[in-house]
Amino acid sequence: MAKEINNRGLACPQPVINTKRALEELAQGTLISIVDNEAARENVTRFAENAGCQVQVAEKDGEYYLTITKGEASVPAEIVKSAGETGAMVYLITSNTFGSGAEDLGEILMISFFNSLLEKPAPRTIMLVNSGVRLAIKQSRVVEQITKLAERGSEVISCGTCLEYYKLKEELAVGRVTNMLEILENLSGEGKVVTL
Amino acid sequence: MLRHLPKQTNANLLVGLDTSDDAAVYRLNEEIATIQTVDFFTPMVDDPYFFGQIAAANALSDVYAMGGTPLLALNIVCFPSCLSPDILAEILRGGADKVAEAGAIVAGGHSVQDDEPKYGLAVTGVVHPKQVYSNATAAPGDLLIVTKPLGTGIINTGIKADLVEKAVIDKTISTMAALNKEAARVMQQVGVSSCTDITGFGLLGHSAEMAQASGLSLHLYAEAVPVLPGVRELARMGIIPGGAYNNRNHLGDRLFIEEKVTREEIDILCDPQTSGGLLIAVPAPRASRLLTELHNSGVAEAAIIGEMMPQDKFLITVGRGK
Repeated sequence: MAKEINNRGLACPQPVINTKRALEELAQGTLISIVDNEAARENVTRFAENAGCQVQVAEKDGEYYLTITKGEASVPAEIVKSAGETGAMVYLITSNTFGSGAEDLGEILMISFFNSLLEKPAPRTIMLVNSGVRLAIKQSRVVEQITKLAERGSEVISCGTCLEYYKLKEELAVGRVTNMLEILENLSGEGKVVTL
Repeated sequence: MLRHLPKQTNANLLVGLDTSDDAAVYRLNEEIATIQTVDFFTPMVDDPYFFGQIAAANALSDVYAMGGTPLLALNIVCFPSCLSPDILAEILRGGADKVAEAGAIVAGGHSVQDDEPKYGLAVTGVVHPKQVYSNATAAPGDLLIVTKPLGTGIINTGIKADLVEKAVIDKTISTMAALNKEAARVMQQVGVSSCTDITGFGLLGHSAEMAQASGLSLHLYAEAVPVLPGVRELARMGIIPGGAYNNRNHLGDRLFIEEKVTREEIDILCDPQTSGGLLIAVPAPRASRLLTELHNSGVAEAAIIGEMMPQDKFLITVGRGK
């Protein structure tokens, strides 16, 4: 379970300071910063993006859950932006939910993640493995978003073994089937790889 | 908030609530009108002497923005009994020194006990009734000049987060404590269309009020706006006071931002200012003379930052440069 930082009821700049401290302690991985007003949501998002982290925002009962991912693959937003038509980012998505924890929260976060991704340059490749392949099937709640990304030039590839295991090969709605060799090549090839 | 008050109509009330102006102006006779204003703050800096100076410079600024001369000031004090009276003495000394620098007199005041210190002044000034500078009299084609660098709200937020170097703090304090006296003197000498001062609503908020009250639109050039050192970095890090977002939201769809303008530039334009500079609309042919004379009078960071336009779809358009 990702570490949570409770910033409810705090005025600027305290939520940023708390998030900064927590990020400094975190070598790599994910933390969730919870804020209850728009100014703090904006400020913490800016802080984390400026620090080269990925940020996903989910709203729940008037509170904002900011999922901040810090990894060596994280690069400042400016660099991603300047990468041209499609960004150099490669996403390896290993689950149909975002982060470990409550399943329903994870689903909400994943929707929010893809919505946010649509506002950035399209990633170069989105690789879906294990239950991550569920995101690319007809019944997926993010199939529209992934289709849009594919239209913008992202290569969407789903692990064939995984589709077979979950008996979903017929249901695949976007992108194509791939194998471990291609996944490995993508992991070690050009571009920044972010694993979810 | 003020719209809930009954509307005042009196032929001698030259400036009242209607135009969101800085102070009230009341005509006593053909030669003299009085300017009345009041302003007070909670501390934004640790040093009580500088806090007093800044609060006084801010209160006096409203008189300068109307084109007037301050005469009298009354202290307004809230102070906790648990703090040393020496601190209060330093606050009052700071205020009195600034009032003296303005050529006015502290003639009394009132204090109450409170949990948190607050200090400010009620200031009375005079102006010729025909030479009142309102924020409602800008004309199309006027150029906009701002007389102090922006970013005090962001710096003050950064100070709370312990992210600001001493040199930047000192520079910010001296900017906030600077009187708008010289800027006002030069402005009156050159002759301008309209003036206000930049405080809590930020540059965007106060220039929006000027455009609205004058029945115009305005174009701002983000790149031309003078900014305190360190402010851009703090804004990028999300060290932005909540008030900046309120100011931005308040403008809503009356604001148009061109693509090249960065998020940080907008944050700075919306940043609430403590004791900010004057915002002056001047006819274009006089703008460069005004700017030169401001610079020569020690208002070194004054800059042309925009242009008044005939009313169009948006109240304010922010572009990168001209």
